[in-house]
Amino acid sequence: MHEFRVQVGPAGFRIGSVWEAPIRTLAELYRDYPTPTITDYSVRLEAVSPWRRYIRPSVAINGDYMLPDAAPLPLTQALLAAEMAMNLQMALGWRRHLLLHASAVEKDGKALIMTGESGSGKSTLSAMLGHMGWRFMGDEFVLLDLVTGEATPFPRLISLKNEAIDAMQAQVAADRFGPLMCGTPKGDIRHLVPPRDAVQSMGVAARPALLLFPSFGFQSAVRPVAPSEVFARLTQASTNYVALGEAGFGALTGFVKGVPARAIDYRNGDEALTLVNQLWDDLA
Amino acid sequence: MLALPTTYLRDDNPQLIIEPLDAMTVIYHRRSGMTHIVAEPVPQILACMDTAPVTAADIARRIADTFEVDDAEVEAVIAARLEEMAELGIVERIRA
Amino acid sequence: MKIDGMILVEALRRPTTSATWDADIWNVLVSIARVEQLLGTVARRLNGIAVPPEIVGILDEARINAEYQRRSALWEADCARRALADIDGKVVLMKGTAYAAAGLKASEGRHIGDLDIMVARDALPQVEAALLAAGWEWVKPDPYDDAYYREHMHELPPLIHKDRDRMIDVHHTILPLTAKPKPDAASMLSNAVALDNGLFVFSHADMVIHSAAHLFADGELDGGLRNLWDIHCLLDEFADDNFWSELQSRTAHHGLWVAVQRAARLAHQLYGTEVPADWRKTHWQDGYYINRFTARDAWGRGTRPFLRLLFYVRSHWMRMPPRMLVRHLWTKWRKS
Repeated sequence: MHEFRVQVGPAGFRIGSVWEAPIRTLAELYRDYPTPTITDYSVRLEAVSPWRRYIRPSVAINGDYMLPDAAPLPLTQALLAAEMAMNLQMALGWRRHLLLHASAVEKDGKALIMTGESGSGKSTLSAMLGHMGWRFMGDEFVLLDLVTGEATPFPRLISLKNEAIDAMQAQVAADRFGPLMCGTPKGDIRHLVPPRDAVQSMGVAARPALLLFPSFGFQSAVRPVAPSEVFARLTQASTNYVALGEAGFGALTGFVKGVPARAIDYRNGDEALTLVNQLWDDLA
Repeated sequence: MLALPTTYLRDDNPQLIIEPLDAMTVIYHRRSGMTHIVAEPVPQILACMDTAPVTAADIARRIADTFEVDDAEVEAVIAARLEEMAELGIVERIRA
Repeated sequence: MKIDGMILVEALRRPTTSATWDADIWNVLVSIARVEQLLGTVARRLNGIAVPPEIVGILDEARINAEYQRRSALWEADCARRALADIDGKVVLMKGTAYAAAGLKASEGRHIGDLDIMVARDALPQVEAALLAAGWEWVKPDPYDDAYYREHMHELPPLIHKDRDRMIDVHHTILPLTAKPKPDAASMLSNAVALDNGLFVFSHADMVIHSAAHLFADGELDGGLRNLWDIHCLLDEFADDNFWSELQSRTAHHGLWVAVQRAARLAHQLYGTEVPADWRKTHWQDGYYINRFTARDAWGRGTRPFLRLLFYVRSHWMRMPPRMLVRHLWTKWRKS
């Protein structure tokens, strides 16, 4: 097995692969990140059967935590396989924070958190804001401290999909992008290395100040969201809320009572950015 | 034959953490690790229950005193909520 | 240090030796312990022992998981208690949930999955009806599998609760009816001891016997290290003047001599369990079992595939007489 280790926020990963190429790509894209010695989770990119290592090579997604019915991906999408395997370890294994399926950016020590279904644009919005004066904290998971309620970054590679790829390519230097993967189960995917300051300060937590539920495709609008609705939606957006028991309940009720929440509708990136900045300024 | 009314006992007090949020209240049940999101009059019912088993009528009387509502009307509602809470294990049905 | 499951055995048996481990050994330990579902147990064994800072968080996580599983298992048992309150006869908790409910050391940090209970065979229809009425549903409504279970197995087909998404296995004896040993289920029930909440657990000797029978009768010996750790903890906690003679006579009564002796012997060899001298005589097959139990590589993957296959074939022979196995497989092939 070829091996690569990487530290993303508080989590260390050991990635093994029977092929060398994916390891080389990962090492290139994660070049700004520290290398841990002891890791929290192991993931493995393996051939689905011995001969499939060479003939129509197909990547089985395995690791300490696995889904029994995870469909394999072609070798050309090994980077996506690695991303999915790492996400799975966090989703099924992480218990040191309340884990929210959300993106986040930070300004003046305060965090803006965005959550919603896939397609809501939360990932793209965090990438855009992260390149225009905000600190990028993560596009997939936000980790809330169980005692202080602060948000800890998890700035893995940004996973851009379809139209978001062009939008970010217009703004960011070409050497920050991974290979373009066409025809994945999620459409076209291209990874973007987060800005250097995001990686350098990935150990720095921030106090959540605003929670947004973005929805793409509707006329620009803002609606307040009641605490009990926020509570219900965030239990759905957390993979470890139930396992954390009373500590999770305490963290989530604390968050819901302390952080204002808004649902925003938008039709394009500019509209979304205007709404976000307006709501952020209103907080002050 | 006259059937005895069902009595209910709330799971001992420290087992429930009750956090009012707005019109809804969230309840964490320590023993099961489950969270329940409830509306009125569930928090009021739980507030009327302490260490002694009670019937729906007992609770209706107490709530009616506090909120000046007709106790016969609320008794049916309370009986239904108590049954739901018994299904969830927040209160236990005590056999007569 | 050789890289295999012995690293996990060492962590459980002599946790202080972890002081000499480097980062690679720790990484191997964590992966193997996760796949063997023993990381929570390792975390308990390492309580109060200095470990590298990165390991602290990993062990805390394992403790939180174990606590969650314990809470869910005990709650599920309580739900079953309420659903079965009107059943005549005892409802006996088995395996992990029993150890947790009885406060035994074997439950510390232990992974607990489905709820297993045992009731008298003639109470099965009543139990089935009560569970269905209380929100449990059949997992697979398949008539062939159903008939297969009822005729040949030692349990009802698995049921799952529609709201809580948790499985329950209802047994009426501890081994498949086709297995050669015929343990005395009725006497296991009558010897079972009451807990405070009205549920029951097996007597000490029967608890060990069930654990051993389960280890060797079931499946392909997967989870062997975990099951043997249970046996180690049970033997360690129950050991007193009368226990071993009681275990001997109960084992003989149930006709489970081979499994119980082998379990005690392997626990002694792997985990250093104190067992009486006449229980220690090694057997030529012990090495195969230990190799099978510890067959893991640095990533936690199973190794020694030939040995695995051997045990797989063996386990099917043990569960079902060969002709029945062929019939069973044929029905499966035809349908899929």
